Amino acid sequence: MSAAPLLQVKNLKMHFPVTEGVMVRKVVATVKAVDDVSFSLQPGETLGLVGESGCGKTTTGRCILQLEKPTAGEIIFEGEDLAKLDRKGLVAKRARMQVIFQDPYSSLNPRMKVGSIIGEPMKVHGILPDRKQRQERVAELLSVCGLNPKFMDRYPHEMSGGQRQRVGIARALALNPQFIVCDEAVSALDVSIQAQVINLLEDLRDKFNLSYLFIAHDLSVVRHLCHRVAVMYLGKLVELADSDELFEHPKHPYTKALLEAVPIPDPTIEKGRVHRIMQGEVPSPMNPPSGCVFHPRCPIAVDSCKREVPQSRELRPGHWVACPRV
Amino acid sequence: MATLLEVKDLRTQFETSAGTVRAVDGVSYTVEEGETVGIVGESGCGKSVGALSVLRLIPDPPGRVVGGSIHFRGEDLLAMSDEKLHSVRGGQIAMVFQEPMTSLNPVLTIGLQLCETMEFHLKLTPEQARLRAVELLGMVGISEPERRLDQYPHHLSGGMRQRVMIALAVSCKPKLIIADEPTTALDVTIQAQILELMKNLTKRFGVALVVITHNLGVVARYADRVNVMYAGRIVESGTAADIYHRPMHPYTLGLLRSVPRMDRPRGEKLIPIDGQPPDLTREIVGCAYRPRCSFATERCAREDPALEAVGHGHRSACFEKDRLAQLLKVAS
Ligand SMILES: Nc1ncnc2c1ncn2[C@@H]1O[C@H](COP(=O)(O)OP(=O)(O)O)[C@@H](O)[C@H]1O
Ligand SMILES: Nc1ncnc2c1ncn2[C@@H]1O[C@H](COP(=O)(O)OP(=O)(O)O)[C@@H](O)[C@H]1O
Ligand SMILES: [Mg+2]
Ligand SMILES: [Mg+2]
Repeated sequence: MSAAPLLQVKNLKMHFPVTEGVMVRKVVATVKAVDDVSFSLQPGETLGLVGESGCGKTTTGRCILQLEKPTAGEIIFEGEDLAKLDRKGLVAKRARMQVIFQDPYSSLNPRMKVGSIIGEPMKVHGILPDRKQRQERVAELLSVCGLNPKFMDRYPHEMSGGQRQRVGIARALALNPQFIVCDEAVSALDVSIQAQVINLLEDLRDKFNLSYLFIAHDLSVVRHLCHRVAVMYLGKLVELADSDELFEHPKHPYTKALLEAVPIPDPTIEKGRVHRIMQGEVPSPMNPPSGCVFHPRCPIAVDSCKREVPQSRELRPGHWVACPRV
Repeated sequence: MATLLEVKDLRTQFETSAGTVRAVDGVSYTVEEGETVGIVGESGCGKSVGALSVLRLIPDPPGRVVGGSIHFRGEDLLAMSDEKLHSVRGGQIAMVFQEPMTSLNPVLTIGLQLCETMEFHLKLTPEQARLRAVELLGMVGISEPERRLDQYPHHLSGGMRQRVMIALAVSCKPKLIIADEPTTALDVTIQAQILELMKNLTKRFGVALVVITHNLGVVARYADRVNVMYAGRIVESGTAADIYHRPMHPYTLGLLRSVPRMDRPRGEKLIPIDGQPPDLTREIVGCAYRPRCSFATERCAREDPALEAVGHGHRSACFEKDRLAQLLKVAS
């Protein structure tokens, strides 16, 4: 980890106001969607971001991509603080950061042919202004993503879910990015197709030395694809470690509960497993619990957890945990 | 154990502008009293249509059950009068869907929905029904059940709504519950809670459960027996151990190899299945899996493999199953 990081997220906060009233909008509460999150990403590295729905994964990704203006904190990409860039600088940097969404259907314009969908960003950014050249590049991108270049003339609805996801990936690659946010990029796909797309993402990563922020709720997929993993709960980062370390020696009680909940596709192993079920549900982010936000569901919580917000500490090199009890 | 449900050569089709969709194309299986049967397969392979056909819930038009029989405790559901069927559905056979909002009425309180069902099927008085509703909600882990009775479905979280669905499903003492992707929309910790609840309740009351899912882990954890579906057919069926440890169909093997597993070395490459499932509007000649199958021979393009016994209670629809078994033996 000596190389300069590609991306640094420092004390990121994204608090959304909750308003009431139609004529006079009154702020009645705030949702702390992301609350003091820090991590970094090396070139070529894949960082997994996991946690239950609503914990702030997508918002974190959107802040990094400058699709949301953070309440506080810094996003430093290739050494530059994105908030301090002028418009032109930001446009240039944005081309280096791309996103792949969960639902390939809603993220592709249904009235555009695949060729235009992939070619459009190049046109907008003035890369390959020549139409012919652009078409050649689209064909190349399609075949890199395992699609027949003939798909250029198809509409999204004329393709299967797996094929549409490949189009989404080809579009993300069009501007030669360095960094891609994959937000539940394989979650909606059937397992056999999901494996195809996972392998594609791995191949592309090796080929172009890409870095991914891989947001997903399927922990088996995250373990497979990610070098390091960050676990979020109610806007907070509760644990961060290398994949092997995190999956073999999880420390935070929430991480442990998540891992125990994942069923393994092997009936013999499942029969021998103790299924401790974590009780309760994630509380409302509008009214999060005091102290450690996890304390109402935590099996090892003590009285002080209700009062004190846990600070992240490094248990072992690279293994960060926000729990004073482990 | 007695056979509770016997589905024989079920065929369900839809008439669409693109042609006739053979959604379920000759499916046969049984469910014994008290057991849990898992049905797995990729989206569009006919899992839901198969389940809805059992309860005669296929929208007609465009859909129709065009062949086969479905016997429940010896009676053919397909030949039953509407009135009689109405008393079976929601009574002896209950259903739990992926999205509880589609089966809970948004404008009725939870209490009313529970009580109405019990008053109809169990002939309870409103007072009796209310008492039992409180008991049921407590049993499925809903706090303050008295207060919840007067709430509407949208007041509850997804996990809580699924608990209400389960309370509703067990309320009339069914013999069989069919759960179609009951936890697919839920987070993994809530999924674990709901599945554990379903397992405990079905055990406690001796209810048989058919659980439809695309999650191979869920099936491994909960099912006694498993049916693997592909393109409207069952291609393999057996005990969970048969399916996971001795797969006898290339598609089953393909599915097992495409999922990353928490218990395997981390760097292991996934082996996806090439291609994609066939278009069900076209007539399929030979084996439907052939274009994606690495074991396929010329015969597979011409002939349609039948589901045949390969061991005690273990069936596979593949001409090349011996070669597959040999290969797996050598590999292990
Ligand atoms: N634009 C917004 N306005 C208000 N609240 C929002 C907005 N975007 C997200 N949230 C809230 O922030 C929290 C985190 O959401 P999100 O980042 O989408 O979670 P995840 O991706 O982990 O499921 C949720 O409670 C969500 O409702
Ligand atoms: N109302 C309908 N009209 C036309 N086709 C349908 C309808 N419902 C289901 N189908 C088709 O039937 C096939 C099986 O669907 P389904 O049973 O829902 O699959 P799954 O295994 O994902 O549950 C699919 O090809 C689907 O497109
Ligand atoms: Mg999200
Ligand atoms: Mg379905």
